[in-house]
Amino acid sequence: MAARDVHGPGPPWKQGFRVIGKALRKEDGIAKATGRAIYADDILLPGMLHAKILRSPHAHARIVSIDTQRAEALEGVHAVITGVDMPIKYGVIPWTPDENALAVDKVRFIGDEVAAVAALDEDTANEALKRIAVEYEPLYAFLDPREALERPEPQIHAEIRAKKVEGNISKHVQLDFGDVDAAMAEADVVVEGDYFFHGTTHTPIEPHCAVAQHSADGVLTLWSSTQITHYVQRALAQVLELPESRIRVIQPCLGGAFGGKSDPFALEFVVAKLAMITGRPVKCLWTREEVFYAHRGRHPMNMRYKTGAKKNGRLTGVDAKILIDGGAYSSFGLVTTYYAGQLLTGPYDFPSYRFDSTRVFTNKPPCGPKRGHGSVQPRFAFEVQLDQVAERLGLDPIEIRRINFQGEETKTVNDLRITSNGFLECLDLVEEASGWRERHGKLPRGRGLGVAGSMYISGTNYPVYPNDMPQAGIQLKLDRSGLVTVFTGGNDIGQGSNSVVRSIVAEELGLDPHDVRVVAADTDLCPVDLGAYSSRVTFMVGNATIDACRKVRALIVDAVAEEWQVDPQRVYMGLGEVSDLEDLGKRMTTREAFHLAETKHDTLGATGSYNTPKLGGGYRGGTIGASPAYSFTAHVVEASVSEETGRITVENCWIAHDCGRALNPMLVAGQIEGSAYMGIAEALLEHHELNRFGLHAGPSLLDYRIPTATDTPELHALIVESLDPEGPYGAKEAGEGPLHPSVPAISNAVHDAVGIRLTHLPFTPGSVLSALRAARKPGARSTPSPTSTDMAAAAARVASEKA
Amino acid sequence: MRVLRLRVNGDRLTVAAPEHWTLLEVLRYELGLIGSKQGCDKGDCGACTVLADGKPILSCLTLAATSEQREITTIEGLMPAWRARGGEGADPVQEAFDRCGALQCGFCQPGMMLSARALLNENPEPARAEIRAALDGNLCRCTGYTQIVQAVELCIAESVGAEPAPPAWAPGRNPWKGTARAGRWDEAGEDA
Repeated sequence: MAARDVHGPGPPWKQGFRVIGKALRKEDGIAKATGRAIYADDILLPGMLHAKILRSPHAHARIVSIDTQRAEALEGVHAVITGVDMPIKYGVIPWTPDENALAVDKVRFIGDEVAAVAALDEDTANEALKRIAVEYEPLYAFLDPREALERPEPQIHAEIRAKKVEGNISKHVQLDFGDVDAAMAEADVVVEGDYFFHGTTHTPIEPHCAVAQHSADGVLTLWSSTQITHYVQRALAQVLELPESRIRVIQPCLGGAFGGKSDPFALEFVVAKLAMITGRPVKCLWTREEVFYAHRGRHPMNMRYKTGAKKNGRLTGVDAKILIDGGAYSSFGLVTTYYAGQLLTGPYDFPSYRFDSTRVFTNKPPCGPKRGHGSVQPRFAFEVQLDQVAERLGLDPIEIRRINFQGEETKTVNDLRITSNGFLECLDLVEEASGWRERHGKLPRGRGLGVAGSMYISGTNYPVYPNDMPQAGIQLKLDRSGLVTVFTGGNDIGQGSNSVVRSIVAEELGLDPHDVRVVAADTDLCPVDLGAYSSRVTFMVGNATIDACRKVRALIVDAVAEEWQVDPQRVYMGLGEVSDLEDLGKRMTTREAFHLAETKHDTLGATGSYNTPKLGGGYRGGTIGASPAYSFTAHVVEASVSEETGRITVENCWIAHDCGRALNPMLVAGQIEGSAYMGIAEALLEHHELNRFGLHAGPSLLDYRIPTATDTPELHALIVESLDPEGPYGAKEAGEGPLHPSVPAISNAVHDAVGIRLTHLPFTPGSVLSALRAARKPGARSTPSPTSTDMAAAAARVASEKA
Repeated sequence: MRVLRLRVNGDRLTVAAPEHWTLLEVLRYELGLIGSKQGCDKGDCGACTVLADGKPILSCLTLAATSEQREITTIEGLMPAWRARGGEGADPVQEAFDRCGALQCGFCQPGMMLSARALLNENPEPARAEIRAALDGNLCRCTGYTQIVQAVELCIAESVGAEPAPPAWAPGRNPWKGTARAGRWDEAGEDA
């Protein structure tokens, strides 16, 4: 057994699955239901101090001086720190360390962290913040990505990792596959257009919170609402100059993340440093407003797409230019810039493809990974454009997607390896469930159906810091009581990854799931896992769990077979009992089997690992976007449009998602529904909007407008199980893929309803009304607002000048 | 500081807290009832919802000092009240949320479940639109509300002895059959 073993999609025992595939309750469900689950802010330690952070009121400014004396003098204040106390830069991507825990020399957006205070209580800490005097010298602030692209000075970052930054360009990627120009020339139809995706943010209901404690013998313990414990541990070690072995990071129960808790954040460094200085535990709980400033949400993108197709609907090529508004720091932006191009190449086959994506720095809250990282925006543009191609060719929108289906066990134009692919079945399901054939194009004006498809990764092929160690590790401890404790570094952020681990152990060792205890996301206790991002946990941690179980199972079966003097093939473990398949009289409890095995093989335990096979294209950046498996999704949205008010109402959304095998269909459905809800909200309600000074226009849940139960349409989750050859029991991801088609499917439904093409997000009543007005003009086509054409043109100009 | 005499989950409690503290702060940081959550501290999200004389209120917008004459119920109070009435496990609302997968991150759910409990106490058989309207002050970011609505409908169906409507992902089946008792798994989701 080893990290790269493939276990196959079948059940571990030929008797079939006993636990996998059932709608089991979650491992932590009843604790959450009864209010007993402990989240970071629920941790109250004796003598604990409270930290507050002072933030920049300027979008871009040099820090001339900071005077903390009056704050330090305040009764109840125990420590005040500024950027000079932690001058080492960090970044979640090791190639782009451009962040300081607290600003050094410069602030780069309104809300950038400048100083921090530890005090007896929050009120005192807030009072102390008012007494910190900071003198700023304001600098020109970039709020428009086009301007940041064109104007190199002043630079937001002059250098990153001893490398000079070119102007305000964070990352530029240009990749060509096949001859796109020839493909456009030979196409019967070429559709070209501009699309704009506004920024959105995660807003988990739990605000970020961290608690730190430093022991007299030098061990730092941090409890944090992070979705990546391992990277936080590494970043703390780097910035605080401590050995990693003296840092313990624990993720308590987490109140939602969606990518918004993936970076190391200022509050984690701040509480750690303040705990080290004061010798007391320190907590920092961000206000809701601070969560909006911390952001790391979806990047605004200006996108120009060109798609060519033959008369029969076959695509000949796709050409994309994308300008990405990165905000003030790099975060995961290097990856975002690649993903914006790399992840478009399924579920459709196109023989040629070119993308040019440029991420620029601006003086806004930094963007980062949000559910469907980097690929939700291009997917929106392309799926709307695909509908335009179908319209020009007189093809049914579902049919054109079928015609271009790439198939299973294939390679994409950019050399991504596709294994299982259930996209056709996804299309079939949503077509039937929505009554598409009877209703599309035939509903009364004002009501329409729209379709869209997508693909997404099940984990990335390489960790963010290069190494050949396993991506996921598992450790099992078998107790004489019959209990199995499983230690996983995986981060359960509400998606239920701990429940998945529990189910796999129960399936493999024939246990009642209640006899499996999961200990997770504690760097002192659990083997390293790279955390909850890029939809990797079920696939990778699941495989590592199977790996560990198979090792220990062999010992148990061996001991029982020897006891019974039978061939090990006859030994079966299921339902808490071990039996002889050929002699029903021979049976014992799993607990007794554990005793036999411990007698023969000594203390029982095992480790398990998972690592990806070597994947990806041989070109520069060709490994970014490579994943061991891809999920596929199709949506049909039913929407109505009021031509009087411009308001779009989504009535129904049918979502069919190919998740490989549904290890727990109820949890899969929860991910599908939650994803679709979030996508619909991005299209119709949410907007991470800044005013002309770079100040957030409404940093609260109601102003930002996340949907309520009455805003959310009926969501119909349909599960397609393609059984991936390499996933655990054939499983793939379900947490991010199903978000992608929501946005373009709404645009396409609006077209079916009233004949306008919405290409610029968000789809506000105003934008609907102006598109309707434009469409009424004789000979006019629905037109988007002007901004992105210019921006994409500017991006193209700069790119060609560079080349 | 002010000395407060509160009635919480059936207990009479005396506690000293700063004058300006909210009920949420007193519950969480003085009484250790950390089941009530703070998601926004300004009345937007509903995670801090508790019941005051059976009606849902936002404890983050309620001064503790104004709560003295009211019977406060927090999420921690539901299970003991259910057990006192001879029930097993937790309150049926709590069990149904767990059975339906409505508890993803779980952070909004104490408030959500209390709103649902208040609704069902008032109206034992609400229609779907009434359920959505009653929960519309509690924001959830994980579920898209579907499994939450299913949980409330499961409660209603079982209280009248009916079969709940199957979810789209389990057509023609009742995946929650046999999951009524926590701690049982082998009969869960028949044919799933």
